[in-house]
Amino acid sequence: METVLSVRNLKKSFGSLEVLRDISFDLGRGEVISVLGPSGGGKSTLLRCLTQLETIDDGVVTLDGDVLFKDGRYASKADLSRITLKIGLVFQNFNLFPHLSVIENLTVAPMKVKKTPKAEAQERARALLDRVGLAEKADCYPYQLSGGQQQRVAIARALALDPEVLFFDEPTSALDPELTGEVLRVIRSLADRRMTMIIVTHEMGFARSVSDRVIFMENGVIVETSAPEEMFTNPKNPRTRDFIMNAMEK
Amino acid sequence: MNADVFKLLLDGTVITLRMFATTIIFSIPLGLLVAVLRMSRIWIFSLPARLYILILRGTPLMLQIMFLFYGPALIENFGFSWNGNRMLAANVALILNYAAYFAEIFRGGIEGIPMGQREAGKVLGLSRTQTFFIVVLPQVVKRVIPPMGNEIINLVKDTSLIQVLGIFELMNTARVQASAKVSVLPYLVAGGIYLAINAVLTFVLSITEKKLDYYR
Ligand SMILES: Nc1ncnc2c1ncn2[C@@H]1O[C@H](COP(=O)(O)OP(=O)(O)OP(=O)(O)O)[C@@H](O)[C@H]1O
Ligand SMILES: [Mg+2]
Repeated sequence: METVLSVRNLKKSFGSLEVLRDISFDLGRGEVISVLGPSGGGKSTLLRCLTQLETIDDGVVTLDGDVLFKDGRYASKADLSRITLKIGLVFQNFNLFPHLSVIENLTVAPMKVKKTPKAEAQERARALLDRVGLAEKADCYPYQLSGGQQQRVAIARALALDPEVLFFDEPTSALDPELTGEVLRVIRSLADRRMTMIIVTHEMGFARSVSDRVIFMENGVIVETSAPEEMFTNPKNPRTRDFIMNAMEK
Repeated sequence: MNADVFKLLLDGTVITLRMFATTIIFSIPLGLLVAVLRMSRIWIFSLPARLYILILRGTPLMLQIMFLFYGPALIENFGFSWNGNRMLAANVALILNYAAYFAEIFRGGIEGIPMGQREAGKVLGLSRTQTFFIVVLPQVVKRVIPPMGNEIINLVKDTSLIQVLGIFELMNTARVQASAKVSVLPYLVAGGIYLAINAVLTFVLSITEKKLDYYR
């Protein structure tokens, strides 16, 4: 499998707090990785470092042949903005732009960043809204939608830039339980289309059924990486075992 | 009340409205600039902005007007004088004072926008400038309209303070005419004019608020 994202010895501290100690993994094209782990383990920080929302301290990150970070330095500004467009991020609390309609949320970045003509951007946006089952909500404003619908719009907005990889940081944690299903279904449909994804989630059943590999992260290190069946039925590491057992009981 | 008194009150109204309009036009951009400096992480920018806001909000506007106009003449060899241009000095004092209040309103508005909005802009590849003008500023406008409305209405009334420089704006005219004609009418007419101006402004502000009501 061709590697799209390669992370080597990634380190990140906030002051004296080491949040990512030495993270290394590869993500193959079309692969879906779920990341599990207790609160404060550094899962969000990992995604935020890879999307340049936090600065990386050390390590090597390569995306689709482009070096993002190496030898303590970032790529040039021009390279960075190109790399940014290859990575999409879906936030826990959606972060839709409240003053823009649903379709404007989807077209603003393609038009302003990629200079896509308006008509083309809108056509593509409508196709994406259709894909997440919200074609008829194009002209609504975010406050008029349920949380589940807002998150589906946020997914469509990330897809509008046609990213190579898509990250999800607990995409259903802010939702009422009855609304998680519709969002997970959309993510699953992306997996079926071989979208390359990293999904940080507490939804064990979903992680088990949708992923190709599962990473268990704790205290800033990857404790275990396994195939989902292995991870959920026969985890190697005792820490992983505790975490999975606890999570299953809930 | 005869026609010439009424004419004098109208002349005063024109001065009041001119003071008001020029103060709004110049103090809003200046306030935005002070707010941006105040939020800078570089102290050479933020400290002067803090001091500016502290002094302009912490001392009486009337003192500021008098200090600005009379101050240069009282300091020996200061090398600057208003050449008797009281209107200009009064106008500058109002602009500087209101910019300080607007700066704090804008700062509150900008800081009140959740961090996630800027992060979403960044992840979508928008530059910092694009994110500010496309994502942040439109939302700030909606948030600052109500507090701005308060200040704008205060400003209409605060223009009366420039009478300490002997300018015959509406309030000063009313005062002089009331005692000259031994009549309460100039006061009532002046009050009515202030009220009318603020009624119009209140109406315009509420329309603006309604226009921005399409989202939450
Ligand atoms: N901006 C920051 N400044 C200082 N410390 C931070 C910052 N962001 C995160 N941290 C700390 O880094 C650690 C890892 O946080 P992170 O959010 O990555 O964990 P997480 O695995 O995503 O947890 P959760 O499951 O609760 O979302 C925590 O101890 C957190 O307090
Ligand atoms: Mg997190």
